[in-house]
Amino acid sequence: MRRLKSIGAFWYDFVVGDDWRVAVIVVAALALTAQLVHAAGVNAWWLLPLCVFAALGWSLRRATRP
Amino acid sequence: MTALPLILTVFVACAVEAIEALTIVLAAGLTREWRSTFQGMAVALVVLAAVVAVLGPTITLLPLTALRLVVGALLAIFGLQWLRKAVLRATGYKALHDEASAYLREVAAAKEAASSSRRGVSDWYAFTLSFKGVLLEGLEVVFIVITFGANQHNVGGAVIGAAAAVVVIAVTGIVVRAPLARVPENAMKFAVGIMLTSFGTFWGAEGAGVSWPGNDAALLVLVPVVALVSLGHTAVLRRTATPVPAPAADPSQEVPSS
Repeated sequence: MRRLKSIGAFWYDFVVGDDWRVAVIVVAALALTAQLVHAAGVNAWWLLPLCVFAALGWSLRRATRP
Repeated sequence: MTALPLILTVFVACAVEAIEALTIVLAAGLTREWRSTFQGMAVALVVLAAVVAVLGPTITLLPLTALRLVVGALLAIFGLQWLRKAVLRATGYKALHDEASAYLREVAAAKEAASSSRRGVSDWYAFTLSFKGVLLEGLEVVFIVITFGANQHNVGGAVIGAAAAVVVIAVTGIVVRAPLARVPENAMKFAVGIMLTSFGTFWGAEGAGVSWPGNDAALLVLVPVVALVSLGHTAVLRRTATPVPAPAADPSQEVPSS
């Protein structure tokens, strides 16, 4: 069990890294993009780049906050 | 799209990780014993090659849309990690990765460790140190090779980029016989972070169903915009940064990963 936990922790750290919020924002932005494209017919190519820039800025702000 | 961005991105990413692995291999080889060190390195390289050989062709069997969605998301998340760390290091909020002090820490630890032979390996410490160092640093490269290569249906091109970087760094290491402390590792990580984030965003959005204006040519805009945004963050944070000193040569500490 302990070994499983450490393997899980390794892969979590490997893929998600120091700030899980970045991963959540990217996944949510992709889900929203797919919804806009397929359900509303909007070619929302701009949404993911905007969310990526926002995620980077927010993550950096949190990391450098005094 | 040509294979050049793929090969160059993988080459630079692999070079950064190879420099970090070289530091550990040199510490093990010069302090302990070369034979066991090379055995550890060789076994790790075989494991990494096997992962690429198995996962590379398997992942390309996925439907292109699903592949782009999943791989794009992973690449964007992974690229943002690299970018975040590179910006924090460039602005002094995080200590720069210092190969010279990492080497000193590994050498101090290697000198203190007891020697024992196991499973036909004369120095088990040198073997495991070298094996773990190469395997852990190599996993990030394998991830980039598989995801980047699969999305462009060119895992072979990605492998060529990675292999070329390993050869260049290994030959340089043999010539210099010291950690490559003068290589601008952070600038290289910054560049790789920009490429991974840009390509991940591009493929992820395509996988979600969007059509990019200009199709593949959109990348010619996306990559510079990601670079400009990252450089903008760096410039703003530099004004407020408090420098963080490089870690001291403390043998009780592990070598920090990328």
